[in-house]
Amino acid sequence: MEHDTIVEIHSLNHWFGKGEASRQALFDVNLTLKRGSLTVLMGPSGSGKTTLLTLIGCLRSVQDGSVRLLGQELNGATDAHLTALRRRLGFIFQAHNLHESLTAAQNVMMGVQVQGKVANRLANQAATHVLGLVGLSDRVNYLPANLSGGQKQRVAVARALVANPALVLADEPTAALDKDSAADVVELLKRMGKARATTTLLVTHDNRILDAADRILTLEDGRIIRVEERAK
Amino acid sequence: MIRILHALFGRLPIGWLQLTHNRPRFAAALAGVAFANVLVFVQLGIMNSMAAATYRPYKLFQADVMISAEDANSLTDGGNVARQWLLQAMADPDVTDGMGLFLANAAWDRGAKDISLTTFGIDPAKPGFLATEITAEINFLKVKDAALLDRLARGLNRDEAAAVRPQSPLTFETQGRTITAYTTFAGGGGFSGDGYMLVSDQTFLSLFPARRSAAPDHILLSLRPGAEPEAVIRRLKVLISDPGLRIRSYSDAAAEDLRYQQTKRPTGIIFGFGVLIGVLVGIVIVYQVLSTDVSDHLREYATFKAMGYAPGFFLGIVLEEALVLGLMGFIPGLTLGSLILKLMGMMTNLPLAMTFSMAFSVFVGTVVFSALSGAIATRRLAAADPADLF
Repeated sequence: MEHDTIVEIHSLNHWFGKGEASRQALFDVNLTLKRGSLTVLMGPSGSGKTTLLTLIGCLRSVQDGSVRLLGQELNGATDAHLTALRRRLGFIFQAHNLHESLTAAQNVMMGVQVQGKVANRLANQAATHVLGLVGLSDRVNYLPANLSGGQKQRVAVARALVANPALVLADEPTAALDKDSAADVVELLKRMGKARATTTLLVTHDNRILDAADRILTLEDGRIIRVEERAK
Repeated sequence: MIRILHALFGRLPIGWLQLTHNRPRFAAALAGVAFANVLVFVQLGIMNSMAAATYRPYKLFQADVMISAEDANSLTDGGNVARQWLLQAMADPDVTDGMGLFLANAAWDRGAKDISLTTFGIDPAKPGFLATEITAEINFLKVKDAALLDRLARGLNRDEAAAVRPQSPLTFETQGRTITAYTTFAGGGGFSGDGYMLVSDQTFLSLFPARRSAAPDHILLSLRPGAEPEAVIRRLKVLISDPGLRIRSYSDAAAEDLRYQQTKRPTGIIFGFGVLIGVLVGIVIVYQVLSTDVSDHLREYATFKAMGYAPGFFLGIVLEEALVLGLMGFIPGLTLGSLILKLMGMMTNLPLAMTFSMAFSVFVGTVVFSALSGAIATRRLAAADPADLF
């Protein structure tokens, strides 16, 4: 079962704030993500998309309901357990969030080294290989300051994918990019996802990604109001 | 460098990369650490020279027990001791010999620069109480108005001092008398006097007519070999019916003198505080650099947290930075500190120098306090919440 079901969510509720001031952000969310699927999460701002993403990404504690990630229950999991699970995920943020003091290769190496001690040479090889896959083999030793916006986001994609994560979580990965760079990154996510059978959950408004999606979920006021399955 | 550090830490040396990324700030941080080091070195150097300068006069003599007045906190201050106690002390079977030690400052008028000589009056018939280096010269003191002069005295020309020999003695006037120095010894200026002079007790009393032979400043006693000084001191305290007197072993007296100089006299306290302030300045500089660095990289750290790095990883980065700053700041600090101490020693004629133990303790202190401020700076890491990245 674990092999095919990456994420399984049952009656998930989430609140922000305490007591009288508390506000419910998610209502009775149920969701399953299968291996290799690309799911797009849509909805107006404040609808709870990001909250859902951070709960699946082990960045917030589950308050009520059940989230099973890679077969493990997140409700009640310890911080150390959540940290360990995060190492099996790949994160892509709206901003590239690269470390300005590290070269492209060193930034990608950070995604390797989180898995444990790796020899400098091996980590560097892995990083260079993935940078080649995202089309940056001639920018391996560049600092982020010397890369364009699209190139930086491609380095970020390489960093998220270098350790072969079971699940990639992306939050508006193309929002800060111009049209051409955005197209590159979408193409890349699609291609890499297919090649490595990676499960992808991404929040976006970008129509080019909608075309690539297997399934489109729409959230409104903390509830999933529409599920659209796309034929392959 | 990066490869070496990588091999050392088993991960990318992110702290090193972060620090060296902003070169001007890195240079300023190193200069700050070096400055704190220099500050501590100079103060420690002065404290050390104080110890050397305090022990210096004690090293001119050898004795087992010293009897001093109640208010004699150092060799040079305090009242007199009645000579009768010397005779009393001799009654103890373990006390083999005793000598009254007279002491006063004699001003040697040298025109523009006067030399203040701490003058000791001793019994020329008792060479056993003199340091071995000068025992042989004690016979010169049997002549009236003869002296042994400190060739390292501040204000005394080195060549002039080197020329002093029995065949070519140096004659000078002090305290209204003409004194002849037949030979010299190595003393050196301290914090109070410029140098030392040894004369016989008779010469001393004619130099300082207000002083009486029945009241020396200290009484030095030597004990039978194998005698237990503590036991003798206990017996002497019974034998000598003046409870106000200080009866201590000679080495205890020197150590108490130093403690007094370092903790009770303003100079000692000032330099002690100087060391403390140097350490505080160092902590503040390293803390400031590291906490700014942590704040500047909160977003990157939050990203690393999201990727699954555990809290210990970030502590490791900040400690790595603290070590880099401490180690690399120490080298210029040591160099500059040694130079400044050498220069100060040349200018003041005080025994100022960099010692290995000073360098070692400041090095250890720099690394420990850098790591400490690094550990404090990591408290800001709590603000790096990966959930805020989305």
